Amino acid sequence: MSLASELLQYLLSGLTMGGIYALVALGFVIIHNVTGIINFAQGEFVMLGGMFMVTLVGAGVPTVPALVLSVILVMIVVGIMEFGAIRSAKRASPVSLVIITIGLSTAIRGIALLVWGTNPYRLEPFTAGGPIHIGGATIVPQSLWVIGTTAAVLALTFFMFEYTYWGKALRACVVNKFAARLMGINPQKMSLFAFVFSAALGALAGIVIAPITYVTYDMGLMLGLKGFVAAVMGGLSSTPGAVIGGIALGVIESLGAGLVSSGYKDGIAFIILLLVLFLKPGGIFGTFGSKRV
Amino acid sequence: MKELTRRKRLRHFLIALFTVFIFVLPFFVSNNYYLSVLVVIGIHTTVVVGLCLLMGYAGQISLGHAAFYGLGAYTSGILTSTYNISPWLAILAGAMGTGIVAYIMGIPIFRLKEHYLALATLGLGLIIHVVFMEEVELTGGPSGLSKGIPYLAIGNIVFNTDFKYYFLVWTVALLAIILANNVVHSRIGRALRSIHGSEIAAQSLGVDTGKFKLQVFALSAVYASIAGSLYAHYITFISPSPFGLMTSIQFVVMAVVGGLSNIWGPILGVTGVTVLTEGLKSIVPQLIPQAGGEYEIVVFGLILVIIMIFLPEGLTSGVVRLYEEWRYRKERADETS
Repeated sequence: MSLASELLQYLLSGLTMGGIYALVALGFVIIHNVTGIINFAQGEFVMLGGMFMVTLVGAGVPTVPALVLSVILVMIVVGIMEFGAIRSAKRASPVSLVIITIGLSTAIRGIALLVWGTNPYRLEPFTAGGPIHIGGATIVPQSLWVIGTTAAVLALTFFMFEYTYWGKALRACVVNKFAARLMGINPQKMSLFAFVFSAALGALAGIVIAPITYVTYDMGLMLGLKGFVAAVMGGLSSTPGAVIGGIALGVIESLGAGLVSSGYKDGIAFIILLLVLFLKPGGIFGTFGSKRV
Repeated sequence: MKELTRRKRLRHFLIALFTVFIFVLPFFVSNNYYLSVLVVIGIHTTVVVGLCLLMGYAGQISLGHAAFYGLGAYTSGILTSTYNISPWLAILAGAMGTGIVAYIMGIPIFRLKEHYLALATLGLGLIIHVVFMEEVELTGGPSGLSKGIPYLAIGNIVFNTDFKYYFLVWTVALLAIILANNVVHSRIGRALRSIHGSEIAAQSLGVDTGKFKLQVFALSAVYASIAGSLYAHYITFISPSPFGLMTSIQFVVMAVVGGLSNIWGPILGVTGVTVLTEGLKSIVPQLIPQAGGEYEIVVFGLILVIIMIFLPEGLTSGVVRLYEEWRYRKERADETS
C-alpha cells in the first residue's frame, strides 16, 4: 500500500469513529448547556442502545422497528433517571451532580452486566456485501451507515435547533438560563428534554456502531470519555464545535494508531488534547476571555 | 480569640483521641482480612487527604491522581527490584520525582479552569497510565513487574505482616492528616480558601493564586506518590491496572462522599466507600447465590447516588448538619416546655 492510500485508509476509519464521538459529544454539550452538568453516564446510553438493538434483533424484530424501539427504550430509561436522581438532587453542588452521574453510570453498567453478562454481542451489518474499495483504501458498508447516520442526525439536530419551539427554547437556555426562565421556559422540562434528547443521540450511536465494534457491557466508559474530550476540544458549549471536535478526535486517533503505535493510540489523543487546551484554554471553538464577576 | 483557641484545642484533642483509637484498634482485630482492609483504608486515606486539600480548600478538581499514586508505586518497585536501591531512598525519590512532575505539568494545566481543568488532569492521568502499559522493558507492561518488590524494614523489623504494616501505614496517614491540618490553618490555608471562594477576588487582594494552586497540587501529588510506594511494598507486585482512570474517579468519589472541607472527611469517605465495596462483595453473593463478584457495583452506584442526593456536602457535613438540626429542635422543645 502506498502512503497516500494508507493515509486515506486511516482517514476513513477515523471518520467512522469520529462520527460516533461526535454524537456522544453533542449529547454532552446539550446536557451541559442546559443543566451545567457533565454527564458521565453519556457513554452508557451508547452501550444501552447497542444492547437493546442486539437483543431485539436477536428476538426476531426487523431492523427498522428494532432501531426505533431501542432508541425509545433508552429514552425512557434516561427519562426515569433524570426524574428520579438528577431532579431530586436540588441542593447538590456541580461536583456532587457529577458524582451522581458517575454513580448512575456505575449502576447502569452493573445492571447491564447482570442482564447481558460479559460476552461481547455481535450485530449483523445493516446491509450485506463485501468491503468497498476507494482509491486503494477499503471501507466496510457499515462505516458508510455510521457516517450517513451521523450526518443525517446532525442535520436533523440543527433543523430542530433552528425551527422548532423546543429547539429554540433549548438554545435560549444556552444563551441565558435566567432570561429564558423569565420568558416562561420551564427549566425542569428543559433539563428532562436535554437528557432524553442526548439519550436518543447516544442510543443511535450505539446502534450503528454495534456491527463494527461488538457490544459489551463496559464499552460505555471509554466512549463516554472520548465524547467528553471531543466536546471540550470543541469548547463545551458549541454544538458545531462538538461535531468537529468528535471527527477531529477520531481522525487523530486513527492516524496516531496507524503511523506511530497502536498501544499509544489513547495516549496520542490525550497529548493532542492537552496541547489544544494549553494553546487555546477555552477549546478550539470556545470563547475564553474576561468574565464578569 | 478565646473561642478560636478553644476550637483549636478541641481539634487537637480529637486528633489525639483518634490517634490513640487507631493504634489500639489492631489489637482487637484478629481477622487478617479485616486488617488488610484497614491497611488499604490507611493507604487510600493518605491519597484522599491530599486530594481534599486540592479540591476542598483550593477548589481545584483532579481526575488524574491515580497516575501520581502509580508513579510512586512504579518508582519504588523499579528502583528496589531492578536496581537494588534501598526502599526508603526509593520512596523519597518517588515522592520528589512525582512532586516535580506534578509541579511542571501543573504550570500549563492550572491556567485552565473548571471542566477544562478536570479534563486536562484526566488526560495527564491517562497518558501516564499508557506509559505504564507500553514501556514494557521498564515497567513489564500490562502483566506487571516480573521481579519481586522487597518488604520494607527498619533495622531488624521487617514489615511483612498485615499487623506490622498497619502501624507503618497509619503512622504515615496520621502524619499526612496532621500536616494537612497545619497547612489548612496557616496563612497558606487561608489563601487557598480565598481561591475557593473567588479566585478573582483573591487575586485582586494580592494572593498569588497560581503559585498556591501549583504548590498544593504538587503536595497532593507527593501524598499520592508516598501512598503508592507503600502500596507497592505492601502487595510486593505491581501492574498498571490499579492506577487507571477508575482509581482516579474512586479517589474523587471518596473525597466527595466524605466531604471536602473538613479534615475528617477523607477518613470517613475512604472508610465508607471501602467498607461498602468490601461489604457488598461478601453480602451480595449470600443474598443472590448465582451472582458473581462484580454485581455489587449496581448497589454501589445506587448508594452513591442516594448519598449525594440526601447529603450533597458529603458525610461529614451531613452528620454535622443533622446534629445541629437535632440540637436546634431540642432547644426549641426546651424553650416551649
